[in-house]
Amino acid sequence: MSVKTLNNDPFNLIICGVGGQGNVLLSAMVGTALLNEGFMVSVADTYGVTQRGGPVTSHIKISRKNVYTSVTLEGHADVILGMEPVETLRNLGLYGNPHVVTIVNPRPIYPIGGIPYPDLDEVKKAILKLSVQTKFVNATEEALKMGNPLYANIILLGSLVGSGFLPIHKESMIPILEERFKETLAPNLEAFNKGMELIQTQ
Amino acid sequence: MENIAIDAADEMFLLMGNEAVARGAIEAGIGVATAYPGSPSSEVLGSIAEVAKKMNIHAEWSVNEKVATEVAAGASFAGIRSISVMKQNGVNVAADFLVNLGMTGIGTGGMVIFVSDDPSSKSSNNEEDSRPIAKWMDMPLMEPSSAQEAKEMVKWAFEVSEKVNLVTIVRGVTRISYTKSNVILGELPKKKEQKAYFPYTWDMSNPTKSKLTSGPFPVLHRPLHEKMEKAKEIFEASPFNQYMGSKNPELLIITCGACTSYSIEAIEELKLEERVGILRLGTTWPLPEKLVAKHLNTTRKVLFVEEIDPFIERSVMELAASLLPATSHLTFYGKRSGHLTPYNEQSTDLVIGALTSILNIKYQPRDHKYDRKAEEVVKIVPPRPINLCPGCPHRATFWAIKNALTLDGRNGFLCGDIGCYSLGLSEGGFFQSRTMHAMGSGAGVANGLGNLRQFGFDQPVLAICGDSTFYHAVIPAVVNSVYNDSHFILIIADNGGTAMTGFQPHPGTGELATKDRARVIEMEALCRSIGAHVEVCDPFDLRNTTQTLLRLMKEDRGTKVVIMRHSCELIRAKREKRKPYKVSVDPERCAGDRCGCDRLCTRLFQCPGLVWDRENEKAAIDEALCVGCGLCVDICHQKALVKEATV
Repeated sequence: MSVKTLNNDPFNLIICGVGGQGNVLLSAMVGTALLNEGFMVSVADTYGVTQRGGPVTSHIKISRKNVYTSVTLEGHADVILGMEPVETLRNLGLYGNPHVVTIVNPRPIYPIGGIPYPDLDEVKKAILKLSVQTKFVNATEEALKMGNPLYANIILLGSLVGSGFLPIHKESMIPILEERFKETLAPNLEAFNKGMELIQTQ
Repeated sequence: MENIAIDAADEMFLLMGNEAVARGAIEAGIGVATAYPGSPSSEVLGSIAEVAKKMNIHAEWSVNEKVATEVAAGASFAGIRSISVMKQNGVNVAADFLVNLGMTGIGTGGMVIFVSDDPSSKSSNNEEDSRPIAKWMDMPLMEPSSAQEAKEMVKWAFEVSEKVNLVTIVRGVTRISYTKSNVILGELPKKKEQKAYFPYTWDMSNPTKSKLTSGPFPVLHRPLHEKMEKAKEIFEASPFNQYMGSKNPELLIITCGACTSYSIEAIEELKLEERVGILRLGTTWPLPEKLVAKHLNTTRKVLFVEEIDPFIERSVMELAASLLPATSHLTFYGKRSGHLTPYNEQSTDLVIGALTSILNIKYQPRDHKYDRKAEEVVKIVPPRPINLCPGCPHRATFWAIKNALTLDGRNGFLCGDIGCYSLGLSEGGFFQSRTMHAMGSGAGVANGLGNLRQFGFDQPVLAICGDSTFYHAVIPAVVNSVYNDSHFILIIADNGGTAMTGFQPHPGTGELATKDRARVIEMEALCRSIGAHVEVCDPFDLRNTTQTLLRLMKEDRGTKVVIMRHSCELIRAKREKRKPYKVSVDPERCAGDRCGCDRLCTRLFQCPGLVWDRENEKAAIDEALCVGCGLCVDICHQKALVKEATV
């Protein structure tokens, strides 16, 4: 399923969401897996005060030739993993292009202060309009069923690996999960497998 | 990375720039590492501290950057290699010591400062460029362009430091510090018996030959310049300075740091490999003038790409002026010409913009039709202001401050400070902070405002600081206020750690950088011994906290300290692993917009866990975000918010 060659070099993956959703952890695990798959990779995260409830974007550049210490160029995303719908749209607006594919967790996180959030169906339609292929994964809902909304990012990780959009094999992700989670490995593996399953039903 | 001291030379790992700096220092055989936490530099000391015992390193979170630098210098004086780490603001704090250290020189142990600047102020209150300090104080300066290079450069910086007997500065930026990428590890240092010894010889008759330390500084100024000449010679031959491109490029980019990557990528994207060359400087002060002059001779156009100030740009233009008329054929582009800006983070896109403008070429980042569609469709995307986390005790503190100031009614105000509670400037902190400058400046400025009574000043003055900030720079302001009889209330928002930068311990937590136990320096006792009136509140007790502030404002005299003590929710959640309460909305009691509260909980209170249910037109709890702190229960006048203990 997974590909070893890149359509573009550098190949740009964006993981976006809202501060607190676990962007940094997710992007580090994806980056490590890509390194283990033999790629040059750079993961540029949002840290510091911007993490506090603001929009966060991790830029992951995958290459055979260079390590690029830089963010995605305008209009140059290849894959966008959106942990939140309007954040997905925000990033599509900047980095999208006619060949971009997206995986989206459609659960909104509302901005504070009663700032109006657009109608969710309208957001979904807009995402579909701007991506050549979109897969919606109800990660938060599934995570809440598991008893902790924080599993949403591991579910999405499973979906990303299962999508075949990236040259990452399941086998190279499992040891990374094992190393990261230790005592809480079982539910995280369950979440990961759930994500792999959900993407197939799309 | 979990174990930065792994014995795995030649193996490749995904390392954050800050971890690579830590690894470089360890490979260099440091004995001492010091820092005060500050994004984007915090993870360097954190990573070293985790392996400090194993590697026989003394790693400490120092109380501030000046002390951190002094502690590191102490090690150097006794022959031990040391590193001190800080963000750009920290360099200012350390500056007074550094200017004098430059004069005396260091000891026999190499000493390196790693400073990380924050272009676009992503986690700072300014975007100061720390590099001019190297020029100002005569210190060799280097700038890595990737995590791998950060590791190699830090290692080499110790050698340079020892060769020229000066502190060497390695300057990163957010993008270098916080980007994770492939790094090949080097050898760990060989175990050796190091005996620290301070040879405090001082020969008045021959100060320049004396190892250490104090003395008639004018005598030492000339040798300092000689040391910098020596550094320049070393830099001329440094492999960290590289040229990439054709022999006679139409345009030469001179760049450094993260901008190296932006320049390479821009040239690849525009396919300008034949027309544009890159001279990338790893050593940026003193400028390797011979090398630069040689390259200025190969081209007619020069573009400078760097963050933040035009630092290299000015140095090179100064050099070019000194070489006239041999350089009269050159046209310079960069921040001075307006092709790039002396503010904000740079990017590949911005370099593409500069190149297309100078070379008059067209570039379209994406399909036209898509571009128009995207522009139209994203109009529905709402703004998302940053905010305090759900369950954050600062929300309670700011709520109490807001209500107390309103009830007092004398136009009282709050002076802000640096930390998560900097959000007091924004909606998350109800716009309560009216000033914000440096670490500890809230208390200092409040001190000044509280001492203007002879001019008819009669507004109540409050200042806020965090627990870590208190130890860093607020104590002198409290001493000053008591001594000079100023009148203000200092609120210490004590959440039990340095939350903003990753929960580092401080002198009040009872824990060291290495996680060993430490003596607790109690802020209450300290403030009382200074002579301030001290009270302690739990900000989650909103009524009592508000009343305490009101009462102290009415008393209207002297230096008062209110410690608002409640654990950071992120620290609490890690420790307790469950929510204290299950919070819900009683739909019978919530009258929605008919209530008249103007959506107090979902609009004004600014907690992400409280949301407006459009269907039922009532408040609702977002289960995915609510941490069950229960604070909101006390703000609803209709008692429509309900909490139920989880045990």
